[in-house]
Amino acid sequence: MDAPRKLKVATTSLAGCFGCHMSFLDIDERLFTLLEHIEFDRSPLTDIKHVSPGTDIGIIEGGLCNAENVHVLREFRQNCRILIAIGACAVNGGLPAQRNHLPLPVILEEVYHTSPGLANGLIPNDPELPLPLNKVHPIHEVVKIDYFIPGCPPSGDAIWKVLTDLLAGREPELGHGLMHYD
Amino acid sequence: MSQSFVLDGKGIPFEDGQTILQAAGNAGVFIPHLCFHPEFKPHGSCKLCTVKVNGRHTASCTMRAMPGMVVESNTEELNGERRALTQMLFVEGNHFCPSCEKSGNCQLQATAYHLGMMSPHFDHFFPNRAVDASHPEFLLDFNRCILCSLCVRASRDVDGKNVFALSGRGIKTHLIVNAKSGRLADTDFSLADKAASVCPVGVILRKRQGFAVPIGERRFDKAPIEASAKEA
Repeated sequence: MDAPRKLKVATTSLAGCFGCHMSFLDIDERLFTLLEHIEFDRSPLTDIKHVSPGTDIGIIEGGLCNAENVHVLREFRQNCRILIAIGACAVNGGLPAQRNHLPLPVILEEVYHTSPGLANGLIPNDPELPLPLNKVHPIHEVVKIDYFIPGCPPSGDAIWKVLTDLLAGREPELGHGLMHYD
Repeated sequence: MSQSFVLDGKGIPFEDGQTILQAAGNAGVFIPHLCFHPEFKPHGSCKLCTVKVNGRHTASCTMRAMPGMVVESNTEELNGERRALTQMLFVEGNHFCPSCEKSGNCQLQATAYHLGMMSPHFDHFFPNRAVDASHPEFLLDFNRCILCSLCVRASRDVDGKNVFALSGRGIKTHLIVNAKSGRLADTDFSLADKAASVCPVGVILRKRQGFAVPIGERRFDKAPIEASAKEA
C-alpha cells in the first residue's frame, strides 16, 4: 500500500516581523516528525514564489498594510483548503496597526520629510513599490480564516499543538499556558 | 435546612439576599464577569455573567438567588454569547496585549482565554483615544477601557472623590476625568485611593511599576481565571 500523501503547507509573512516563523522553527527537532507528514510549498523556507493550487494548509503571519499583502492573502485563500492566521498581527493588526489612529499622509510626511536629520527627503513613489493601505487590517477582515493561533509570537508548543491537532483530524484547541495574546 | 437552587444540574446553597453569582462563587463555581466586584454594588452592565434562570436570560450579578430556581450557565449557547460580547469589547477599543503592561494580570484577557476566544471575529474600530500621562504617579490609557465603571464607583462610593465618570450615551459612552481641564493631574486622585487599584484592565496604571512582576509570572499565568471563583 502507498504511504498516505503528504499534506502541502504554504507559509508567508505579510505585515509581520517573521517572529512567528522563528517561533515555528522553535518546534526544533519536531520539524523532522512534521516533515514525515507535510511538505512545504510557497514559504520563506523554500523560496517558492507562488502557492500551488490544491495546497492543504496556508499559514499567514502578519496583517495587511499594503496592496501587495492583500494580493498575496487572496492567492493563499484561493489555493489553500485551510487558512491559519498566526500571531497577533494577523489576528488583530498588532504592532503595525498602532499607526491606525494617524492619517497616512501625516505618517509619510513625518517619516520622509519632517523627522530630524532628513534633508530633502522624498516619499518613495517607485511603481514597483506596493501602495500602503490607509489603515492596517487583520486578515479575517478580508478573507475567511479557518483557524487562529494568537500570540506575539505564539510559542513553538502552541504552533505544534495546532498543527498536530489538525494532522490528527481534531479541532485545534489551546489550553491554559498555550493560549496567549502577548 | 438551608435553601438552594440548581446551577447546571448541581445544588447550590445560598443565604437570603445573595445573588446567583455570589452563591455560585461561594460554592466554587465560576461565572465569567467583568463589571462585578465583590466589594461593590453590582452594576449589571457588562452582561458577561448572563445566565438562564428558568429559561430566561438574566444577569447573575444582580439576580437574587431564590429557592428552586433552575439556572444554566456553563452551556455552549451562553458561553458563545459571552465570547461574542468579549469580542465586541476587544474590537471597540484598542486592546493590543503585547504592548500592554497589564498583560497576564488583565481580567478581560483572562476571561477571553477562559472563553476560548481565538480571534476578534468582528471588524476593528481602531478608535483614536489620547492617553493622559499628566499625573505624577498614574497613567490613564483610555484605549483599553471597557466601561465597567468600577473606578467610577470606587472613587465616588469609597474614596468620596468622584474623580471618574462615564460620559456620553450608547456607542459614544466613554470614561472621563472630573476636572475642568479633563486631566488626572488636576484632581485629588492619589495612590491610596480604592479607584487606583480596582481597574480590571490596563487603563489606570501606576507609573514605574509596569514590569515589577515579569510576564510569565503573573496572576493568570499561574492559574486561569476560573480558578478564582471563590473571590466572587
